[in-house]
Amino acid sequence: MLKDLYRNLYRIRRFEETVLDNFPKGVFYGTTHTYLGQEADAVGVLQHIQNGDIVFSNHRCHGHFLAYGGDPHALFAELMGRKSGVCGGRGGSQHLQWHNFYSNGVQGGILPVATGMALAEKQKASGAVVVTFLGDGTLGEGVVYEALNLASLWHLPILYVLENNRMAQTTPIDQAVAGDICTRFSAFGIPAHELDSSDVLEILPIAAELLSEIRTQVSPRALILHTYRFGPHSKGDDTRDPAEIGYFRKYRDPVKILAARLQTDECQSIESEVNAEIYQAFQQASNDPFPEKLGAWHTAIPRSSQELANGQPIFSSE
Amino acid sequence: MTSVLDSLNTGLQQALAEDERVVLLGEDILDPYGGAFKVTRGLSSAFPGRVLTTPISEAGIVGLAAGMAMRGLRPVVEIMFGDFITLTADQVINHATKFRWMYNDQVRVPMVIRTPMGGRRGYGPTHSQSLEKLFLGVPGLRVLAPTHFGDPGALLKEAILKSDDPLLFVENKLLYLHPIQQDGSMLDFDLSEIKISSSHSPAYRLRLKGAPPPNLTIAAYGHMAELTRQAAQRLAYEHEIFAEIIVPTQLAPFAIEPILESVRHTRRLLSAEEGTFTLGWGAELLALISATLGSNLLAAGRVAAHDLPVPASGPLEDSVLPNAEEIVQAGIKLIRKS
Repeated sequence: MLKDLYRNLYRIRRFEETVLDNFPKGVFYGTTHTYLGQEADAVGVLQHIQNGDIVFSNHRCHGHFLAYGGDPHALFAELMGRKSGVCGGRGGSQHLQWHNFYSNGVQGGILPVATGMALAEKQKASGAVVVTFLGDGTLGEGVVYEALNLASLWHLPILYVLENNRMAQTTPIDQAVAGDICTRFSAFGIPAHELDSSDVLEILPIAAELLSEIRTQVSPRALILHTYRFGPHSKGDDTRDPAEIGYFRKYRDPVKILAARLQTDECQSIESEVNAEIYQAFQQASNDPFPEKLGAWHTAIPRSSQELANGQPIFSSE
Repeated sequence: MTSVLDSLNTGLQQALAEDERVVLLGEDILDPYGGAFKVTRGLSSAFPGRVLTTPISEAGIVGLAAGMAMRGLRPVVEIMFGDFITLTADQVINHATKFRWMYNDQVRVPMVIRTPMGGRRGYGPTHSQSLEKLFLGVPGLRVLAPTHFGDPGALLKEAILKSDDPLLFVENKLLYLHPIQQDGSMLDFDLSEIKISSSHSPAYRLRLKGAPPPNLTIAAYGHMAELTRQAAQRLAYEHEIFAEIIVPTQLAPFAIEPILESVRHTRRLLSAEEGTFTLGWGAELLALISATLGSNLLAAGRVAAHDLPVPASGPLEDSVLPNAEEIVQAGIKLIRKS
């Protein structure tokens, strides 16, 4: 159990370090938002999901995807724009879909969609629950509160996991979020639990309890996890005091916290296995082919008008 | 006689009856009120638990619908006034219409957003607009605009049950009470349906009975199609100008072919829309036609609303929105200059 948890935490850590190390080499497209430092949130919460449960993540989705069981090779390939990527290179870092895992890169609007999924599962009486992740910065988006209101009104089976990493891109929380986070949820009648910890063993039981309540009572819950990201918002955009980052790296590192509970050789053996797994996934993705061509838009989108405008009539009536 | 309102209500009723995955969401849509324009009346009584009244949260409920659609339901959202569609823009553009493509065709998002557009009822600047042009050309979004020509209820039912992609269904407030017109029901006009494809809803062609071959094509949708019918009558009787009217029911993605086919013969095109003039549907239409026909197109013009908000006062509103007289004058001008 502990070893599995350690493997899951360390897999995210190693994946994200590999992403940041290799970004300057130009192997990835676009940008990325790494999950370094927050690994215990995804691993602790998603340890309890069952078959059929749904996860809806955001721009900082790599950790959630890997904790859900996603394949590091497919994720590297997606970041590299390869055909073998999670979404064939169309989505990139922020837009993943695999089994019941979804992510999108526009803040706020994710919540109503995830909440609608919970409504669908309730209508279908499938018993599935939805887990959706948001950050402290997303609390600035008004549509969040529309979603919370609807989830509570209609008793929807959804867990809102708010990861407060105290920083929205470069704006600290005290310049962006007024008032209290928990009461934002409880004001809508959604029970909210708060935890200031990077210890996966502390997150696990509370997440288990909330998910179990959601399943039995069919109503929403919120989990506020105060955390810290070790890396920049994306790549080079870090304006924080290095001493502050150093402090959290020293005292709030989820990987170190769990490692302290394992034998050194146990950790080392897991780390070397994961290092090899991630290295191999990266190498494999690097050698994968790019998508051959854009591919036709799906059938609902005729291209005829554009073709016509290029002087290519394709329709003749009798 | 069946009105557009009755037809749409029947379409919704049949969709709910035929497919249990269909769920309606909207503000004030429950009986006895049955929606601000009564399109959903009777449905919450007939299908309890599947017609959900919502808070005033347009973005929220469109987002919910996208999530429901991706999880196998077929939600239909009513946005009470078309003006409020702007509140849903992020959900439509960055969420609902993105999913299928950006997830590499791995999901489907079968959802319909219905909303009434249009003015001429004195509702003023924020309850009278025709904003559909803002949503034309959004990749992945189908935009339909039914009229009283043909069968708007059947169009709605098919959109709900058959479309696999987000779809904006633009109704028109003034058309709600118009009787449905099918071929043979109009004294002066022959009406024929032009089929396009299984994934593209049809267009309609109106020709004045017994008229000589037309030398002008007028393309119009929504309530402007009715004003165009009135204008075509006057052009014929008062000015001996014979127009053929093409009324598309699908605005995006847009198949130009039925209009193109007509203009190949008439060599003159006039477009009529109730939205504002600049960068509207007519602009796209004229660009496509002129790029295709080149110098075979003798003349083209557009009738649309002034680039102004829609005033509440009757006389002011009349002067901002396009009317039949403007279509007549624009038609005369096109014939004279070519």
